[in-house]
Amino acid sequence: MHKRVTFDNKLLPYLLVSPQILVTIVFFFIPAGEAVVYSLFSQDAFGIEVNFVGLSNFLFLLNDPHYLRSFGITIFYSVAVAVSALIPALILAVLADGIAKGATVYKTLLIWPYAVAPAVAGVLWLFMFNPAVGIVAQWLKLVGIDWNYKLNGNQAMALVIFAAAWKQISYNFLFFLAGLQAIPKSLIEAAAIDGAGPVRRFFTIVLPLLSPTTFFLVVVNMVYAFFDTFGVIHAVTLGGPAGATNILVYKVFNDGFIGLDLGSSSAQSVILLIIVVILTVVQFRYVERKVQY
Amino acid sequence: MTSSNRLMSLLVHAILILGIAVVAFPILIALIASSHDALTLIGKFPFYFGDHFLDNYRTVLGEGMARAGGGAVGQMLMNSFVMAIVIAVGKIVISILSAFAIVYFRFPFRMGFFWMIFITLMLPVEVRILPTYQVIANLNLLNSYTGLTLPLIASATATFLFRQFFLTVPEELTEAARIDGAGPMRFFWDVLLPLSRTNIAALFVIVFIYGWNQYLWPLLVTQEESMYTVVMGIQRMVTVADAQAEWNLVMATTILALLPPVLVVVLMQRWFVKGLVETEK
Repeated sequence: MHKRVTFDNKLLPYLLVSPQILVTIVFFFIPAGEAVVYSLFSQDAFGIEVNFVGLSNFLFLLNDPHYLRSFGITIFYSVAVAVSALIPALILAVLADGIAKGATVYKTLLIWPYAVAPAVAGVLWLFMFNPAVGIVAQWLKLVGIDWNYKLNGNQAMALVIFAAAWKQISYNFLFFLAGLQAIPKSLIEAAAIDGAGPVRRFFTIVLPLLSPTTFFLVVVNMVYAFFDTFGVIHAVTLGGPAGATNILVYKVFNDGFIGLDLGSSSAQSVILLIIVVILTVVQFRYVERKVQY
Repeated sequence: MTSSNRLMSLLVHAILILGIAVVAFPILIALIASSHDALTLIGKFPFYFGDHFLDNYRTVLGEGMARAGGGAVGQMLMNSFVMAIVIAVGKIVISILSAFAIVYFRFPFRMGFFWMIFITLMLPVEVRILPTYQVIANLNLLNSYTGLTLPLIASATATFLFRQFFLTVPEELTEAARIDGAGPMRFFWDVLLPLSRTNIAALFVIVFIYGWNQYLWPLLVTQEESMYTVVMGIQRMVTVADAQAEWNLVMATTILALLPPVLVVVLMQRWFVKGLVETEK
């Protein structure tokens, strides 16, 4: 945990940790504590009348069809983003791992989308799928699909899933490639000598050995979809049409800042907080020790 | 190599190239769109480069979408750049200092501080949106660089990274420094900091991208156009572009918004990969 040889100084260590601890208290602990407190009160939009209401903000949410719908949408959305970002990444990583020369070139050409902001990714996809001027929208019309994500909720959902998954492919590709390169070649050669073909080798040896990486990436991708894709939703659909892409994080923002419903927004924050805690614990307990880099 | 093997390898390369083409397709479309005038983009999409490339970029950098009431993208890029650099440098400085204290000193509440930092992993901006906004508002930091950056510079992952690294630094170095009569800060400057160079570089790449790509936070704390960052500024342009059809300008801005972080990743690829893997540990 710390060094056998340490320095003796009464004041210095406190000075060294103080900047980080100060920022942490002012911008993490106080706001998070306030979110918990606000979630127990009901307040009108002007902050004039404040009443302690216990857990009723939570009870209200759990019985609110809009909130439950948003919950369902979020789960579908994050699973869809994870799957759409993982499968192409795995295929590309397996192929890149298999080639003798040029793997690094492919790596360079595939990792850059990681650097694109979710909101910017959203705008790129929004332009291609814009019902009036978008090139892909025009192709879809040619094959007879009536594309208008501004009116059709399923199409809007598909669009934000594509945009969110697109930039995550590069991240998954890097980790899959690292995982594949860590698998001893002797295992695969042994199976090849025993007469197992490439497909058989992939499903009986490579995929099981890759499962810690896969599990880790599933958790990371879910967290990404849950919390980091606010920009995609805000830039592309604003949660619409008719709430079809209103994921939880967007709803907290919308109810708090646009709707000015402090109690409900804070209660939603607290629920999100509990989800983060669960995901973090899962990540640490079940993932950390098993993943090999 | 047998001919079937060669065929197989050709197929593998073909699929990889196809994958890269699909991934890069949105950027190609954006580049093409940013080279035309607004009128050309109405109607069938032109699959060739136009000759308004420089015009468009000059327009957005200098004036922005004036008709749409948007500010100049040059100013937004500047704001994004300041924000990304301050967050990256700030995060690295405060994390390396606190990791140094936690690893190299024994003092009351050491573990308490460690857990306080650890627990911030679980508090992303998105779950404390309103109260954090209120803290910033109360401190009169709306529409300022301090407000944009300060709440984002505390980082559990960076502190962990340095802590893990410091634990691998041989004890003999510390002993030698003590025997030579070097104090803790001297040891920090002359021994630890030079040893941490690659970790700092790796972290810098990751945090720069993190800072540049912030969206929700700038959206909340900036109401003045002169403080907009480019990533959030685009969204406002899009809303107007749809009505006024100035997609050429929006796509030029999009390219400008993604170019700096993409360049950082491509040019500092080695540190980027290292940083990505290490910060996830």
